[in-house]
Amino acid sequence: MHESLAMLPQVLIDGLTLGFVYALVALGYTMVYGVLEFINFAHSEIFMIGAFAGTEALLIMQSSGVLASLPPFVALIIALLFGMAIAGLIAVGMERIAYRPLRGAPRLVPLISAIGVSFFLQDAVRLFEGLWRNAFYLSTPVLYRQTLTFSRVDVPVKTIILVATCLAIMFGLQTFVNRTKLGRALRAVAQDQATASIMGVNVNFIVTLTFLIGGALGGAAGVLFAMQYTLIHPYVGFILGIKAFTAAVFGGIGNIAGAMVGGVVLGLVESLGSAYLGILTHGAFGAEYKDVFAFIILILVLILKPSGLLGETVLEKA
Amino acid sequence: MALLELRDLHTYYGVIHAVKGLSLTVDKGEIVTLIGSNGAGKSTTLKAISGLLKAQQGEIHLEGRRIDGLPPHVIAGYRVGHVPEGRRIFPRLTVRENLEMGAFVCPTRAETHQALERATALFPRLKERLNQKGGTLSGGEQQMLAIGRALMMNPKILLLDEPSMGLAPVLVEQIFDIIKQLNQAGTTILLVEQNAHQALQVAGRGYVIQTGSIVLADKADTLRRNEMVRRVYLGEN
Repeated sequence: MHESLAMLPQVLIDGLTLGFVYALVALGYTMVYGVLEFINFAHSEIFMIGAFAGTEALLIMQSSGVLASLPPFVALIIALLFGMAIAGLIAVGMERIAYRPLRGAPRLVPLISAIGVSFFLQDAVRLFEGLWRNAFYLSTPVLYRQTLTFSRVDVPVKTIILVATCLAIMFGLQTFVNRTKLGRALRAVAQDQATASIMGVNVNFIVTLTFLIGGALGGAAGVLFAMQYTLIHPYVGFILGIKAFTAAVFGGIGNIAGAMVGGVVLGLVESLGSAYLGILTHGAFGAEYKDVFAFIILILVLILKPSGLLGETVLEKA
Repeated sequence: MALLELRDLHTYYGVIHAVKGLSLTVDKGEIVTLIGSNGAGKSTTLKAISGLLKAQQGEIHLEGRRIDGLPPHVIAGYRVGHVPEGRRIFPRLTVRENLEMGAFVCPTRAETHQALERATALFPRLKERLNQKGGTLSGGEQQMLAIGRALMMNPKILLLDEPSMGLAPVLVEQIFDIIKQLNQAGTTILLVEQNAHQALQVAGRGYVIQTGSIVLADKADTLRRNEMVRRVYLGEN
């Protein structure tokens, strides 16, 4: 047992890393759901596109020789911003083309449209990369190779950057949503579109803004994911997206703080589970079951507390 | 020129032809009431004015400018304050945030701040509850918040949809006192009510609407003495 305790810090760090990626992606699901009560199942592809856009930015800088002369921090910022911009714009375009014409249709209809968008984007990226690079599995250039050691625990610098960036983005989002006039309008639209519109809020603008922000957050998650795990492909978003969606439901879908908490908890549970399940069951079950944890959590939440960890408790009507 | 003019308005609520050729005017400084029974087309008329429902036919003019067909957020920008039926408070925003939403069209922070001072002076109860969630207020407090919120934009005209609905008689008196007070301070009001008794007391003029059309239009005093109004809307014999 001593050995298993010794690996605990590493397991926690791995879990946190994964958890913050889940959290960032979960925010996109939860924001769109909060405003439109619609699960954007193509959001996992927005994450994937962010990963490709960030990787392409780095690869292009690398092949043109710019990357070597730039401080890694600047390259990181460029890749992040590029990934966020592309992902955000594609998310906005997807809402315009595939969801807005279906507003007011039965709920199942935009859901099916989202699944269609998802397949379209996967294959579009595959086609694009196939023509452009003759390969659709890409290796992301590594910016930070160093590892810091804190009393026998190794923490790669890129992991610290991932967590710090996620925290900064989440703080920025919370400030925007809770402290600005536009953020307040976004919350108002989420609660009552018609009433927000007679206060002078352009509901379509808020919907576009929601997709832009959610898309940019998913894109940032994609870039950070690519830098962390360095191998991406057009289907990388699928399982991760479902897990992030689980995190959003776990935290209480529509709730921004809930998505953050849900993501981090899910990452930790998954990491702890895959590390210790084998030891605890004497090898009967092992790390190969790690993907199952997300879904066990999803099922438990749906049974025990369908409104999620931080689900709304405020009365809707007096 | 009338502040607000509806000319031969036709509006559908879903598939129901709810308003059939309605015309009315509201002049600056007036309280005009639109009375009628449940389902007569009163709320539909207000929703058409603020752009929530389409005017299928007819015209709506605000200060001579045609506003039918514009989206609701643009009409709100012309300072049309609408207190919707059922109050429609944002339940998970605080009272302060609800009020600030009412000032969404105000371009400056200073204007919003001033409006907040005005609204809380009018409704001291709201001032005590600024940091409470809107959904936790009582029915009467929510009605005050809904009116306060619509006043935040400093409206040219205030559209009030059944402000007395579901309130205890004491609160109804209070709300109508405030409506009178607002009007004396210069706010133009179009008041939709089922409570014809109270509405005809505060209003200067009134329209009676039946199944989507105006059947009577006159001074409020005259309407109060009208045989049909007394029988149908005031419950007298």
